[in-house]
Amino acid sequence: MNINNMIEIDGIPVEIGDERNLLDVIRKSGVKLPTFCYHSDLSIFGACRMCMVEDERGRLMASCSTLPKAGMKIFTNTQRLRKYRRNILELLLADHCRDCTTCGNNGNCKLQSLARQFGIKSVRFENTKSEMAQDLSSPAIIRDPGKCILCGDCVRECNEIQNVGAIDFAFRGSKAMISTAFDVPLSETQCVGCGQCAAACPTGAIIVRNDSMKAWNYLDDPETFVTCEIAPAVRVAMGQEMGMQPGENALGRIVSALHRMGFDEVYDTSTAADLTVIEEANEFIQRFRSGEKLPLLTSCCPAWVQYVEKRNPDFLPNVSTCRSPMSMFASVIKEYYRDHLPEGKTKHVHIAIMPCTAKKFEASRPEFRSHDQQDTDVVITTQELIKMIKESGIVFEEVEPEAVDMPFGTYSGAGVIFGVSGGVTEAVLRKIATSDNRKGIASLAYTGVRGLDGVKECVIPYGDREVHIAICSGLRNASDLLEAVRRGEKQFDLIEVMACYGGCISGAGQPYISRRRRINRGNGLYRADSTTPIRRSQDNPMMKELYEGILKGREHELLHVNYLKK
Amino acid sequence: MTKLDTRLALDQLRESCEKAFAAEKRKILVCGGTGCVSGGSLQIFERLKELMEEHHVPVEVELQKDPHQDVVGLKKSGCHGFCEMGPLIRIEPEGWLYTKVKLEDCEEILESTIIKGECIDRLAYRQNGEIYRRQADIPFYKKQTRLVLEHCGHINATSIYEYLAIGGYRAFEKALFDMQPEDIIQEITESNLRGRGGGGFQTGKKWASARVQKENPKYIVCNGDEGDPGAFMDRSVMEGDPNKMLEGMMIAGIAVGAQEGFIYVRAEYPLAVERLRIAIEQANALGLLGDHILGSDFSFQIHINRGAGAFVCGEGSALTASIEGKRGMPRVKPPRTVEHGLFEKPTVLNNVETYANVPMIIQNGSAWYKSIGPENSPGTKAFALTGTINNTGLIEVPMGTTLREVIFDIGGGMRGNTDFKAVQIGGPSGGCLTAKELDIPLDFDSLKKVGAMIGSGGLVVMDTKTCMVEVARFFMHFTQNESCGKCVPCREGTKRMLEILERIVDGKGRDGDIELLLELADTISHTALCGLGKSAPSPVVSTIRNFRSEYEAHIYDKKCPAGVCAKLRTFVINPELCKGCSKCARNCPVNAISGELRKPFTIDQDVCIKCGTCMSNCPFHAISTEA
Repeated sequence: MNINNMIEIDGIPVEIGDERNLLDVIRKSGVKLPTFCYHSDLSIFGACRMCMVEDERGRLMASCSTLPKAGMKIFTNTQRLRKYRRNILELLLADHCRDCTTCGNNGNCKLQSLARQFGIKSVRFENTKSEMAQDLSSPAIIRDPGKCILCGDCVRECNEIQNVGAIDFAFRGSKAMISTAFDVPLSETQCVGCGQCAAACPTGAIIVRNDSMKAWNYLDDPETFVTCEIAPAVRVAMGQEMGMQPGENALGRIVSALHRMGFDEVYDTSTAADLTVIEEANEFIQRFRSGEKLPLLTSCCPAWVQYVEKRNPDFLPNVSTCRSPMSMFASVIKEYYRDHLPEGKTKHVHIAIMPCTAKKFEASRPEFRSHDQQDTDVVITTQELIKMIKESGIVFEEVEPEAVDMPFGTYSGAGVIFGVSGGVTEAVLRKIATSDNRKGIASLAYTGVRGLDGVKECVIPYGDREVHIAICSGLRNASDLLEAVRRGEKQFDLIEVMACYGGCISGAGQPYISRRRRINRGNGLYRADSTTPIRRSQDNPMMKELYEGILKGREHELLHVNYLKK
Repeated sequence: MTKLDTRLALDQLRESCEKAFAAEKRKILVCGGTGCVSGGSLQIFERLKELMEEHHVPVEVELQKDPHQDVVGLKKSGCHGFCEMGPLIRIEPEGWLYTKVKLEDCEEILESTIIKGECIDRLAYRQNGEIYRRQADIPFYKKQTRLVLEHCGHINATSIYEYLAIGGYRAFEKALFDMQPEDIIQEITESNLRGRGGGGFQTGKKWASARVQKENPKYIVCNGDEGDPGAFMDRSVMEGDPNKMLEGMMIAGIAVGAQEGFIYVRAEYPLAVERLRIAIEQANALGLLGDHILGSDFSFQIHINRGAGAFVCGEGSALTASIEGKRGMPRVKPPRTVEHGLFEKPTVLNNVETYANVPMIIQNGSAWYKSIGPENSPGTKAFALTGTINNTGLIEVPMGTTLREVIFDIGGGMRGNTDFKAVQIGGPSGGCLTAKELDIPLDFDSLKKVGAMIGSGGLVVMDTKTCMVEVARFFMHFTQNESCGKCVPCREGTKRMLEILERIVDGKGRDGDIELLLELADTISHTALCGLGKSAPSPVVSTIRNFRSEYEAHIYDKKCPAGVCAKLRTFVINPELCKGCSKCARNCPVNAISGELRKPFTIDQDVCIKCGTCMSNCPFHAISTEA
C-alpha cells in the first residue's frame, strides 16, 4: 500500500490503483454510485450527472470525469447529493413513459431500479412526453424513442465499438433525441443488427424484438412438429438470472425445460458447427493452396456478414461461402423431416435459441428459405428463453438435466467453442492440424487464439508453410484490420470476426454482463469442450452419417450460400 | 498586390499607405455595418459615388498607392455603434457625423459638404435641443474610450492598405522580429488581459500553458460565435476592423508556436464572414499570411468556419467539436482545451474582442494597458447597450466604469421619462442589477461579488414598465431552446423551470412555485455539465432575489404589477368615455361584454379571455387595462 497515493472516500482511506477515474475508485471502495451514461468500455460522456460527488470544501464534481488525485477527501452521500440525484431522477421520470408493467424492459430497467433505490414516490412535474412512434422496421431490435433518457450509451456503442454509426443525436435541448440519419427506419440504415445498442440501453428505448409469442403459437399447435437447436453460448449465460454460477453450463437443464415446454426434439447447434468446421476447413485449404481470395473471412456471424455487405463490399468475395451453423442445421433438419415427419404432424417448424439479435435477421434472409418457408422459422434469444421458462412456471434450478435428442444429437468439443472469440479458428485448426493426439489438440489452445482481446494474431505451421491468422471481435477492430489489409500493411490467410466483443458469449440476446465478467462464460465453454469425449469435428460419427446420407451430392445446396448474388 | 518578403518591404508599403491616406482632402465614411446596411446605406454609398462622378469630383473608393491632390475618399466603414441613429455618415477631417441619412439627402451632401465643405445641421445629432456636429462631442461617444473599436467606422473595412495606413501590423512586426515568443507571453501576462468572452480567464496564462504542451501542431481558435440575444460587439469588430483581430491571432500564433488559426463565426453574420474573408485574402496576397511570412521562419494560415448559430457552440469544447464537423456538444473536462482542444491538439481559444486587444498591448506595452481601468480588470470592455434608454448601441468604456455612467451619461438616461428598474447584464447567463447597484464598477471581480457577471457584454436596461417575471421567462425560453440536450439537469431542468415560469405569467402559478424554481435552479447550477448550463438559472435566481414580490403578486394575487403579462391584465370600460356603441360587444369572441345601447357597457371578468380585441376596436378609447 502506498500511503502517498491515497484518497479518502466518506472518511475511509482508499488507495488509488490504475483506475480510469474517481468513479472507479469510489466503486472499488464499496460504494455503488449510480450512473446511466458511464460504461467502462465506452468513452466518458458525463451527461447523466448522477455520479456527482462532493469534496471537503463543498465543491461538486462528476466522478466519472474526474481524475483521482492523492489527498482528495470525497463525500459520496451527502444530503445535498441525495437531493440532486433525486431531482435528476424526478426530471427524467417526468419526461418518460411510466407504464413500467407493460414495458419490454420491465424489471431490467436502470431508471426503474434507481427510482426505487432513491424512493421516488411522486413526480412534481406534468408528464409532457409526446407519443412517439416505435421503429419496428428491424427484425432484430425495436426502438422506442419515448423511453429514451439520452444517455448516449447506444450511440457510443454503435460508433465507438462497432463503427457502424447507424444512430446519433439529433435536434437540441428538450427536443434532442437519438435518431437515424434523416429519421429513416433502422432497416434502411447501416445497422447490422448486432444489438449492442439494446444491450447498453439502460431503459426500454432499444429492446430486442420478442418473438416468443410466435414460438408459443407453434408449440400450442398439436399438428406442428417443433424442433429446436441451442447455440453454444446460450448454455453459459443462464447463470445469474436462473440461480446458477456465472458461466455454469446449463445445457442439460435447458434441454429438459424445453421438453417440458413442448418442444418435440431439442438439439445442440454444436452439431452443425462440426459441419461448418469441415466445410470451412476444406474451403480454407483450397484457397490457401491456390492463393485465391485470401484472407478467408469467416461467415458464422450474421452481423459481420452484413457489415461486409454494407460497409466493405470489396471484401465480399473473401467471405466464406459456408452457411452459419444455425443455417446449416436448419437446412439439414428441414430437409430431413420433409420425409420423416412423425405421424399426426402436418408441419415442421424449426426454432433456434441464440445469444444473438442478428440471427433474427439472418433467419429472414431470402438465401435461407426453401419451399416457401424460412429454414429457421423463429429465432429466440437467451433472454426470451429465460422469460419463456419463467412464464411456464418451471423452477429451473430444480429441473433434472436431460441429454439432447437423436438423430442429430452428437457433437464435438470443437463445435462447442464456437461461442467464444477464437473458437471457430481453434476448431478449424483442429481439423487441419497434422497431429491428431490429445496433446496436439491441447497445444493449439496456447497459440494465441484464446482470450477476450479485441484483436489476436497468430501464426500456425501448416506443412512447410505458415498460416497467418487474425481473430477479432468488435466491428471497429474488424474495420481497422480490414483497412490495414487493404493498405497492404498486414497480410493474413484467415480472419475470424465476431461482431460482439469476446464473441457470441457477449451477444446482445444474452443477459447483460460487464466486460470483466464475460471471461466466466468463455471459460465455461472451454470447460465444456475439455470434458467432451470427441474433441475434433471430423471425429464426430454423425458427420460420416450425414455426408453419406442426406448431404450426399447436395453439400453445396444445403451448406453453402452465395452472398455475392444480389 | 505583390508579396512582401521582408520587414523593410512592409515598412515601405505602410509608409506609402500612410501618405495616400493623409493625402485625401476629405473622407466620406458611409457606415457599412449590418444595422446601417439594412437601413439602406449601400444605396446611399452608390448614389454618392454616382453623384461625385457626375460632378467630376475626384473620388477614390480604394486607397491608391500614388496619391493625387484633392482626392475625396468615399469608403464603406465598419459599424460606429450608434446603430439607432443609422444610416450614419462620418465626414473627415472635421469629424462630423450625419445621422438617419436618406437617399434623398445625397445631393445636398454633395453640394454642401463635399463641394462647399459645409456641415448640414439638419443631419447632425440633437439631444435636448442641442446640436452636436462632431461625432466626438456627442454625449454617447464623449464618455467612451474606444480602443478596440477605435477604427471601426473610421476606415474602409475591406482594405488592408487603410489598416496599414493607421499603423496596422506594426505589433505583429514587432512580435515577429523584435520579440521572443516568451516575451510576447510575458507582455500579455503582465498586461493582465482577461478573456472578453465571459469567463475572464487570464489570456497570458492560457497562452503560456498552451506553449508548454509537448504535442504538435497547436491551434489558435477565435470564438466569433456571439450568441447572447442583442449582443453584437464581436460582430462589429469583425465587420469594422477585421485585420485587428487577425493580427491578434497571428501574434498568438507566434507566441504559442502554432501555424494554423480557425475563426468560428456564426453564419448569421454574413457580412462579418465576408469582411474576414477579404481581410484573409488580402493578408495572403501581401504575404502577411502564408509560408515564411516576411522572410521569417514563421508560417501561419487562418481559416473561417461558419457555425449554424447554436448558442452552445460558444462553449469551448462544443465549438471545437463543431469545427471538427461533429455535433456541437460540450464534453467533460479535463482535459482542457489548451491540452486537448481542436483535433485533440493543444489549442488557444479566445474570443474576438480578446484578440483585438492584443496588437495594442504588444505595440504600447503592458504598462500602458494597465493604466486603463482597475488593476485586476485592466483595459476596456465593449457593451451592447439596449433597452428603454435614449441612446442605444455599441459602446466601449474602461473597465470599472459605473452602470450609472453607462446608463445616464452614455445612454442618455431613461427613455420617455420612466424610472430605472433594473439592468440585465451578461445575457442569458447573467443576472439583473437594480438601482442600489448602479454605482458598482463594471469589472469582472466587482460584478462577481454581487452575483452578476460581465459575460460577453450585453446590457439590457429596463424601466418600471418591465415585468421581471416575464424577463426571467424570456431568458429561460432562450436557454431552453439553446440547450444542447446533453446533460439531464440542463435539458430537463430548464424545461421545467420554463414550464413553471410560463404558468406564472399565465396567471396559473401555484403556491410553492418559487421554492420549486429555486430548488431546480440549485440543482442545475451545481450539476450541469458546462458553464452555459450551470449559469442558465441565473436570470431566474437574480429576479427572484431582487423582485420576489412581483413573483408573489403573479402567483397569489394573479396580478402583474408592471401590467405586462397579458393574461393577468383586467380590461375595464371607462363609463365616462363609453358611448354605448356596442362595437366591443360585437367583436368580443367570448361574449364577455354586455350593455344597453347608448349606455356604458361592462365586461364580465369571469368570461373575459384578455385577448384585447375590445380595446383595439373601441372608437372612443374607453377601454383600458388595469394591472
